[in-house]
Amino acid sequence: MADDRPTPLDKMSMLRSATPARIFLPRAGAALTTRATLDFQLAHAEARDAVEERLDADRLFDELTARGLTAVRVKSAARDRRSFLLRPDLGRKLDDDSRQHLKALAGDYDLAFVIAEGLSARAIARHAVPVLEKMLQSLDRAAWKIAPIVLAEQGRVALGDDIGETLGARLVAVFIGERPGLSSPDSMGVYLTFAPRVGRTDAERNCLSNIRPQGLPYADAARKLLYLCNEARRRQLTGVDLKDEADTLPSGEPRAIDAKS
Amino acid sequence: MYATTIRGTSYRFPDLKSLMAKATPLRSGDCLAGIAATSAAERVAAQMALADLPLSVFLNEALVPYEEDEVTRLILDGHDRNAFAPIASLTVGEFRDWLLSDGVDEDALAALTFGLTPEMAAAVSKICRNQDLILIAAKRRVVTKFRNTLGLRGRLSSRIQPNHPTDDARGVLASAIDGLLLGNGDAVIGVNPASDSPGQCYELLSLLDELRETLNIPTQSCVLAHVTTTLQLMERRAPVDLVFQSIGGTQAANSSFGIDLALLRESREAALALRRGAIGDNVMYFETGQGSALSANAHWNCDQQTLEARAYGVARMFDPLLINTVVGFIGPEYLFDGKQITRAALEDHFCGKLLGLPMGCDVCYTNHAEADQNDMDDLLTLLAVAGVNYVMGVPGADDVMLNYQSTSYHDVLAVRRMLNLAPAPEFAQWLADVGLTDARGDLQAPALPASFAPLLERA
Repeated sequence: MADDRPTPLDKMSMLRSATPARIFLPRAGAALTTRATLDFQLAHAEARDAVEERLDADRLFDELTARGLTAVRVKSAARDRRSFLLRPDLGRKLDDDSRQHLKALAGDYDLAFVIAEGLSARAIARHAVPVLEKMLQSLDRAAWKIAPIVLAEQGRVALGDDIGETLGARLVAVFIGERPGLSSPDSMGVYLTFAPRVGRTDAERNCLSNIRPQGLPYADAARKLLYLCNEARRRQLTGVDLKDEADTLPSGEPRAIDAKS
Repeated sequence: MYATTIRGTSYRFPDLKSLMAKATPLRSGDCLAGIAATSAAERVAAQMALADLPLSVFLNEALVPYEEDEVTRLILDGHDRNAFAPIASLTVGEFRDWLLSDGVDEDALAALTFGLTPEMAAAVSKICRNQDLILIAAKRRVVTKFRNTLGLRGRLSSRIQPNHPTDDARGVLASAIDGLLLGNGDAVIGVNPASDSPGQCYELLSLLDELRETLNIPTQSCVLAHVTTTLQLMERRAPVDLVFQSIGGTQAANSSFGIDLALLRESREAALALRRGAIGDNVMYFETGQGSALSANAHWNCDQQTLEARAYGVARMFDPLLINTVVGFIGPEYLFDGKQITRAALEDHFCGKLLGLPMGCDVCYTNHAEADQNDMDDLLTLLAVAGVNYVMGVPGADDVMLNYQSTSYHDVLAVRRMLNLAPAPEFAQWLADVGLTDARGDLQAPALPASFAPLLERA
């Protein structure tokens, strides 16, 4: 008798599509099969490469100027990748030349954009300009004085505080490459901080995470960022007291601190 | 002031705190804090000075001020002088020899538990090689109970960690079923929620509880939300087995986690009042990790390993069912590579066990650390030899929500097979009853037990 109803085992294979997790991997004895092992190694290699990659700042600079945007290049105090990874304090600070350079550009700005490769240059190379463009298209340019767009090498999130303060911006949005996962070597995050100044804490920022076509798509990210910018200006704050009520999109936000709580 | 002279060079250490930090095996977090030894020789000099220090010094010199830190008060006020008596006259170096000696067995270590302060455990670990950390810890077993018996000799348990980027119920269920089919999940089925919203956590708790009830599994479930969220959920009659919280080794670190000791007490009382444990009432689940205090700027210039041990001083006052260090999660600025992660995990397990905790470990790393799955293979094997209570089971070792790598369901199987370890007895029995394992306890060829069918009908 033919029966078209799915059996429990059919159901199992249907469940497979419910998660990106590596489920139902076959066993070779008490271990993973060759295929699963090598798939994992490849994913790890890609994530490692993503961490090691450096931002092609020349190319990004050209991309921005080709779109008629004014951009400026800066560096953090972290000299190389190793010091960037080991000395978070240096990645949060402008180097001296960059600081002088930005001081010369200081003005009365409502909003500054900072683009930093963080832990994934790939994320920035792929997603920074599309999201920035969408954001700028919907921003009322008459009502918002935008600072020159800052391309920062070896920068952490808090470098935006130093940059925003030096430029005299009332709000800073940092586009940054997030720590790569095996299934997402190119996730971008955006951190928004009101009245940026050195010493601001993470509790004083708002974060959009997992920005990439397979995660939070460009248009949604731009819309949420616009909402947060408007709300931050209206309420004169960012952080835990400003909830993202643009809508309730889920976001699997990785946490960088403490344990897994 | 502590000082030592080696071949004509004298080394000075202004206080106990700096001596402890300089004596610690190299790790990036202590360098970041600016408290690490400046040379290999200075490190050994500090270890020699530390070895000559009487253990009793730790009862008279607090590394974090007693007046300003409730964790220090908890540690010193809770010290048991009678239990301390057998080692009261020893130096740190003599204490290492005592721990290793043939006459000191499991009973002696159990009797010592509350005579030992976290700082003493940390101090002796600093002059131990990795082998010592394994050898000594392997003597000690700490057994806890809720719906099954965890931590017995010859057993290795695992937490199923079925995380999902958006807490999708079917996705979580799929990962959890996968783990059960591979004989994992006797420690706990525990999800890290993608969002701390009470509504979402309630959904997850109900899902996990239904899974457990449907299959009649002798285990417990947990949603690793903030303790305040879990308290709310208990008030709303959610099926909470265990209260989870990340904890640290100073009052300020805990404050950065949004908790204090009173809140932990309150949540434990609330969980006990639910009376959900079938065979025991260990109702707390803690996670810790070296570097958390420094990352919150709450470290008082103490080294990260000592502060980690102090977190265990907090944990043991709440009789947890489970506690694990999430050793490689915090990143390379605290533990740079596989070598540092391995050392830290062995220290954590050693200190946890000596202090009487049912110590587990999330054997893990992030993609910006100099580590890979080979380092995890090594560490998992070492910890299993040391008698770790439980490790994580993550599908394919890839956590798709937290973006880091841990150990897989398969890794748990492999280590159990290599070292002839079994799951918790009640859970092993369940595996046999539903037909997942044969008489020897080995997994059968892949097949879906009949009891799983009703669950999938609803999926």
